[in-house]
Amino acid sequence: MSETAVDLDRRRFLTGTAVVIGGIGAATAAVPFIASFQPSARAKAIGAPVEVDISTIEVGQRVTYKWRGKPVWVLRRTPEQLDALKGGNGPVLGDPDSVKSEQPAFAVNAWRSLKPEYLVLVGVCTHLGCSPSFRPLPDADTGADWKGGFFCPCHGSKFDLAGRVFAGVPAPTNLVVPPYKFLSDTRILIGESDGGKS
Amino acid sequence: MSFITKGLTGLRDWVDDRFPLMTLWNDHMGAYYAPKNFNFWYYFGVLSLVVLVIQIVTGIWLVMNYKPDATLAFASVEYIMRDVNWGWLIRYMHSTGASFFFIVVYMHMFRGLLYGSFKQPRELIWILGMFIYLSLMAEAFFGYLLPWGQMSFWGAQVITSLFGAVPVVGEQLAELIRGDYVISDITLNRFFSFHVIALPFAIAGLVVLHIIALHEVGSNNPDGVEIKKLKDKDGKPLDGIPFHPYYTVKDSVGVVVFLMFFASVVFFAPEMGGYFLEANNFIPADPMKTPLHIAPVWYFTPFYSILRANTYPFFGVDAKLWGVIFMGLGTMVFFLLPWLDRSPVKSIRYRGGIYKSALAIFVVAFVVLGYLGILPPTPGRTLTAQIFTVVYFLFFALMPLYTKWDKTKPVPERVTH
Repeated sequence: MSETAVDLDRRRFLTGTAVVIGGIGAATAAVPFIASFQPSARAKAIGAPVEVDISTIEVGQRVTYKWRGKPVWVLRRTPEQLDALKGGNGPVLGDPDSVKSEQPAFAVNAWRSLKPEYLVLVGVCTHLGCSPSFRPLPDADTGADWKGGFFCPCHGSKFDLAGRVFAGVPAPTNLVVPPYKFLSDTRILIGESDGGKS
Repeated sequence: MSFITKGLTGLRDWVDDRFPLMTLWNDHMGAYYAPKNFNFWYYFGVLSLVVLVIQIVTGIWLVMNYKPDATLAFASVEYIMRDVNWGWLIRYMHSTGASFFFIVVYMHMFRGLLYGSFKQPRELIWILGMFIYLSLMAEAFFGYLLPWGQMSFWGAQVITSLFGAVPVVGEQLAELIRGDYVISDITLNRFFSFHVIALPFAIAGLVVLHIIALHEVGSNNPDGVEIKKLKDKDGKPLDGIPFHPYYTVKDSVGVVVFLMFFASVVFFAPEMGGYFLEANNFIPADPMKTPLHIAPVWYFTPFYSILRANTYPFFGVDAKLWGVIFMGLGTMVFFLLPWLDRSPVKSIRYRGGIYKSALAIFVVAFVVLGYLGILPPTPGRTLTAQIFTVVYFLFFALMPLYTKWDKTKPVPERVTH
């Protein structure tokens, strides 16, 4: 035992430094545990591009493919459906010019696609991740003046046949257009565009 | 004294010299004085403890046969249901237990609103209780993914996507929770870990804290009278009776009646018409196809309605983020009750008409929102949900005012019957 009185300043300093150093140590030790929550190398590797054959898709038909574990739709639109998208008397849209939405540069147009006839979309609602259903015809959910589009059963978001979101629904942005390119007239590569990979 | 009694007393004393056995017993049972006027509403605390034990025990047995693997999970639950001896019973007890847990916890919380159990000096009990409630919601949510049905999958997809609404870091946050770009085998595995290890530990720990805090300040009662104010010459509350044997015996009756209801559902209506186990969850998870109608299990639907009711962007924030914010607020706002309520009295028996009406309207709003959350959205239902969302929040927002204006009656010195 020291005979001098307790040096409180010294004690406070030692407590303070011990807390700071210990805190840094604990925070550092937490890093691997938090980082371990991130997608693993295998989960990332599954995101490779997918090649699909679109030659069998009928006019007006939608086919679903799987890319990165998500549904990707290819819809072959009819001429009437394309006409309806040009605007004028259509529904009020939340983002008609795809300014806030996610798509490759080539899809920033009224059809939101490379070739007007073929629409390629990630089939995941931009609200909370449900997969909207394809409703080419009006029904009870969509209302009578429906010109065809996608309806999300979870929270009632509506999108037109270019994946553009209606105004006044929970989804904030248009459906996502994935990067893709035509390898030939009948084959599409989803996950890669001529502008680069995604 | 017989030989056996002598031996047992000796053993008790031997333990007591090395562990505070008798102190713990007396503090929490034998000499814990509870108000003598507990009524029906006071069963739900002990009942939630009973359900917790049911869930832990059946859970341990389920894990013996369940496979937390996206390719095996659905089939392993069916295996439990069909091939494991008594597996159907254990599984139905667990799935029914989940819904009953929320029934008794909602009743327990409503009791708090009736008799002002959250008011000073019991704020911390209420806050700890709220943490239990939130952990319970997380526990139920993680557990619901495990059967790997369509509802499991898409429910988890929607809830994890909620975090995507957070500005800037949202998408990364959602990926951090899922461990993948969508709900996958990786997500299933980690939810299993949370469901069977992390949250049960958290809930058990919080329950212990909740009870320690309760036994420190003492229980409230239907009159909202502090029984510790008036004590006899031995320092025992005049209106108090020892928890054991009085309430242990009384609660045993409550537990038996509860188990009758519980067993009726387990044996005769385990799916409860699709409210306890949803029809779509008997279809294996399909990441390519959302069921035409998805709804969370009934105990989440009031908050789900609030989420869906937000369809307008305002103040430059989009509707999706408002939905998430209001849903979060809708659950968290209960934390503030001890400070929102300015009434000088605790119990509804001595409050005026304003609080009684406000509470009744709130209950209606909660039930209507819950009912709407089960149904698919239509424009009319969305409007109704929006109106009741406003009502729901006004109950809390206006509470400091109307509890102050409310005319209260004089509170008696002693409890009544």
